Amino acid sequence: MSEYVLEVQDLKKYFPIKSGVMKRTVGHVRAVDGVSFQVKPGETLGIVGESGCGKSTTGRMIMRLTAPTSGKIILDGQDITHAKGAELRASRRKSQMVFQDPYASLNPRMSVGESIAEPLIVNKVLSRSEAFERAGELLKTVGLRAGDINRYPHEFSGGQRQRIGIARALALNPKLIVADEAVSALDVSIQSQILNLLMDLKHQFNLSYLFISHNLAVVRHISDRVGVMYLGHLVEIGPKQSLYHDPLHPYTQALLSAAPEPSRTKRRERIILQGDVPSPANPPSGCPFHTRCPRVMDVCRQTMPKPVQVHPDHWVACHLHG
Amino acid sequence: MAEPLLAIRDLKTYFVSKQATVKAVDGIDIDVNRGQVVCIVGESGCGKSMTSLSIMRLVPRPYGKIVGGQILFDGRDLLQLNDREMADLRGSDIAMIFQEPMTALNPVLSIGTQISEVLVRHRGVPKREALDRAVEMLKFVGVPRAEQILREYPHQLSGGMRQRVMIAMAMICEPKLLIADEPTTALDVTIQAQVLDLMKKMRRETNTSIILITHDLGVVADMADHVVVMYAGQVVESVDADTLFSEPKHPYTRALMESIPSLEEDKDVLYSIPGTVPSAANFPKGCRFAERCPIAKPSCFEKMPELREVAPGHLVRCDLV
Repeated sequence: MSEYVLEVQDLKKYFPIKSGVMKRTVGHVRAVDGVSFQVKPGETLGIVGESGCGKSTTGRMIMRLTAPTSGKIILDGQDITHAKGAELRASRRKSQMVFQDPYASLNPRMSVGESIAEPLIVNKVLSRSEAFERAGELLKTVGLRAGDINRYPHEFSGGQRQRIGIARALALNPKLIVADEAVSALDVSIQSQILNLLMDLKHQFNLSYLFISHNLAVVRHISDRVGVMYLGHLVEIGPKQSLYHDPLHPYTQALLSAAPEPSRTKRRERIILQGDVPSPANPPSGCPFHTRCPRVMDVCRQTMPKPVQVHPDHWVACHLHG
Repeated sequence: MAEPLLAIRDLKTYFVSKQATVKAVDGIDIDVNRGQVVCIVGESGCGKSMTSLSIMRLVPRPYGKIVGGQILFDGRDLLQLNDREMADLRGSDIAMIFQEPMTALNPVLSIGTQISEVLVRHRGVPKREALDRAVEMLKFVGVPRAEQILREYPHQLSGGMRQRVMIAMAMICEPKLLIADEPTTALDVTIQAQVLDLMKKMRRETNTSIILITHDLGVVADMADHVVVMYAGQVVESVDADTLFSEPKHPYTRALMESIPSLEEDKDVLYSIPGTVPSAANFPKGCRFAERCPIAKPSCFEKMPELREVAPGHLVRCDLV
């Protein structure tokens, strides 16, 4: 058994920009530009960042739904970066994904039981009848009724559909679940139901999560460690207490200060960033954040900062540190 | 105290079809004073957006109908105005900004045309002058390269920029009332902070009243003077913002606050409200929250509680507090 469930090394994804009749490649969108991290067994790593920071692309590459441009993905000790065919299918039994939109991620023409049993049948884990029996059990595990297997997605509410999506992800007994904005489309009261369910299941099945979200409070709640992404780079990563109490990167500081806290007494000083995120097709030189950074220095415009460890296990890529 | 700018009285907006009557808004009262920010909070389907569309008289036809109540704006009942009079008011005295600026802006008209159109239509300002005002307004809302942006189209702008353009359009006639329906929900947090800041600046400088509709209690804490909590088409709690956060009274409000994770405290398990909102086509006869309420008594299922004043200025629809 390896030390990490997931290890990602210098992962990159460049999407080509094609133009003209010949569809020549005229440039690249650097969606993910050199990201490294590890997830330990039973650990939840949260990834936060704003739209376009590359967090979803990272998740999709780990699931091999998008082919990486370079770098390495090691799942449970096996390099799956270039896995194909049977090897790739085997890797899918170890990692599963829960998607954002519970309306779009279930086939409306398949009954709930068929959706949940399908991965078991495709992977030849169980026979058809056994798979349906297991689907019923899984529905109970996620708080629905076993009798629901014959119903169709449209008969369920958003929160219930997300439970079905979770049951489907659990079917193959994976070690890692990649949850991409899994609670973002849900109302607050339903969101807390799903978060509690995910945390219960983690203990019950000793799962690891890669929990991708833009919601800082939700990520803090569910994660053990948190990574912050900006423009394709992981700018800071650390244990959640350390990261939320003592954010080191100016971007993390701004992000945390900008998130409105539901309280009238704990008012924080807000750092309001100017402007928008630069285009990943034409990223700035040096540190990706220098164009909006309130504490920018000359060196930031020239060289890309390297990650340094400031507190135990708490790394930051910023020239202000180290 | 002076008469409120907007007084909604027993407003009912229903969707009526042969199969069912959906009571989206079911008898609500809301007051908005001059220069005040009133937040309407609630989850999907609680009727908060339908309330704002009712004020604008933009309830989707043919099924949606305002079946009862009054909306008194500056002393006039909006529900008695004819279409022409209402069109004169929209964008002039009452303006609205929507959640998704991409669908609210016209994709085939330039930004300049869309902003200046409002002034031309409502204030009779010549087009050229209106365009100059549009540039000023864009600068005021913090749009860089305002003169160039005037000639650009919505798809060329980022989400935050589009929302600024919408705000510029809404504010150019200096409306007395601005209705903002989830104005920052589609935006990233750092951009949300910019837009909320801008709305505060607007209020300070023009004394515009704002109705802010949101599901995010963080935004409420940041912006509101007064808060109205809606559940299943009704107002369940109405109070000033400080009291709402220090002493929420209605079990639904309290449950809502306990179910959000915090940025600063660790909570082991989040409170979760069991079940789902009752269908608006088939409300129970008693309290609409009773089925999900942790303190419900048998009587709650029998009789609908009245919205009553439990402390000065603090209205709660619950018989148990």
